[in-house]
Amino acid sequence: MRSVLLVARRELVATLRSPLGFVVAALVLAIAGLFFNLRALGGGEKYSADVLAQFFYDLSGLVMVASILVSMRLIAEERQNGTIALLLTSPVKDHQIVLGKFLGALGFMALLTLVTIYMPMLVMVHGKISWGHVFAGYLGNLLLASGALAIGTFGSSLARSQIVAVFVSAFLVAAMVMMWLLGRVADAPLDDIFANLALHNIHFSPFKAGKVHLRDIVYYLSVTVFFLFAATRMLEARRWR
Amino acid sequence: MIIANELVKDYGELRAVDEVSFEIRQGECIGLLGLNGAGKTTLLRIMSCLLTPTSGSIKVDGADVTRESEAVRKKIGFLPEEPPLYGEMTVGKFLEFAARLRGVPRTDVGGRVQDAARRCRVDEVIDQRIETLSYGYKKRVGIAQAVVHRPPLLILDEPIAGLDPAQIVDMRDLVHGLRGEHTVVLSSHILTEISQTCDRILVMQKGKVVAKGTEDELSAGLAAGKRVSVRVRGKKDQVEDALKGVEGIKSWELSETDGTVRALIISEKDRRAEISRVLVQAGLDLIEIGRPEGELESVFLRLTGEGRGGS
Repeated sequence: MRSVLLVARRELVATLRSPLGFVVAALVLAIAGLFFNLRALGGGEKYSADVLAQFFYDLSGLVMVASILVSMRLIAEERQNGTIALLLTSPVKDHQIVLGKFLGALGFMALLTLVTIYMPMLVMVHGKISWGHVFAGYLGNLLLASGALAIGTFGSSLARSQIVAVFVSAFLVAAMVMMWLLGRVADAPLDDIFANLALHNIHFSPFKAGKVHLRDIVYYLSVTVFFLFAATRMLEARRWR
Repeated sequence: MIIANELVKDYGELRAVDEVSFEIRQGECIGLLGLNGAGKTTLLRIMSCLLTPTSGSIKVDGADVTRESEAVRKKIGFLPEEPPLYGEMTVGKFLEFAARLRGVPRTDVGGRVQDAARRCRVDEVIDQRIETLSYGYKKRVGIAQAVVHRPPLLILDEPIAGLDPAQIVDMRDLVHGLRGEHTVVLSSHILTEISQTCDRILVMQKGKVVAKGTEDELSAGLAAGKRVSVRVRGKKDQVEDALKGVEGIKSWELSETDGTVRALIISEKDRRAEISRVLVQAGLDLIEIGRPEGELESVFLRLTGEGRGGS
């Protein structure tokens, strides 16, 4: 665990200091603020819960895009710069490297999403919010970030170039999100399977509405574990090439 | 310390390392010599657990690099050709990270970092960000990260590549200083560098080890004797008479220009002391004595099959 935290801390600090980290954070905060003003607060009178639901829904889209961008450098950049040799020749297991890098990126995404807390708090000026709803919304976004980051980590483990990594990850995340469409056109029992595999639709909706279901948490954790496992296998496979 | 047995590494159709076997004793400094593409880097990457061999085995201090990779990684420090550095970190923070990654206890980290920085002469830039350093300093920081946990085996891939002449001298001194405490394996395609730094040389060509031994052993094997070049002020017949008095000389070639005689002497053993003594006793002014110019290079080229008549 010591090695995992060591790698995670370095990754978090590196992301916070990188131009990519600044740009992603600035864009997410700017667009989230814009959407909050136009989509969540705009359009006449609304219940506070609806404003929050719209805010968390909009934030979730930005979280997925930001996760793909943040994760593209995780392994691909190390390989591109040759620093992967430092990690792979150290007595650290491959899954510890992958987990450490993932946790560093998740830490960045957690900080980034939590900075948006001022927006739900602005709702308190003219309305009343449930802190349970706020907690559920942020938990959902964090779990979504976890899933998207894990997919991004896998994409980053496939490619040497960060550009290729970001395209692979974006394709995978888009495919996972679009599963709900397949669920709508497929016949039973595939419709349920596709709908339940979708990264966003069925599993995120309860969170934005302030509900926390164990099945959704299990889904996001499963996606995370699956893709981190796949990324670890990719890293191991590189030694055989 | 290292035992390699019929080691093979294939990249698809290409065989990068071809049934290589060798043994390296503890405390030795070994040079892997070969032209680009000879398989040196692949061999070093297998030793440092970055690659898995296709077949054969290699053991570091009794631990197999494939089956006991983690145990091997505890025993090694590795510097690839491009030093693996995080540019945004300061030298001190980076070495601290490398030490902790290699399992150095938190209480010892500070001392180990200072020690590695002092030995690799990067202590004066310890608070500087790595991305602002010159390439020579970056190489030294690369070596510092490889020695910070005091591994018994140090693997250096082309440590002088890309350095200017002053930095090469610094690096040579640095590697000299590391001998003894660590077993050192380094690669280079520059023969003089290897011969000045290493105890023994493994010459690689097309994935195979085509020769191994000390520099003297390699050149003696190829030249069928020791070759000495001598320049004296005098006459050819005077030199010839003097050389007849030295035992063990197999042959010589003499050429006279501008009052000086140049002799290329081939003997069974190193006879430089006797040769210089008889020449001085014969009243000749000894201007220079040593190995013939370019001999090392010609040995290298013949071993790697690049020279005329090479195999």
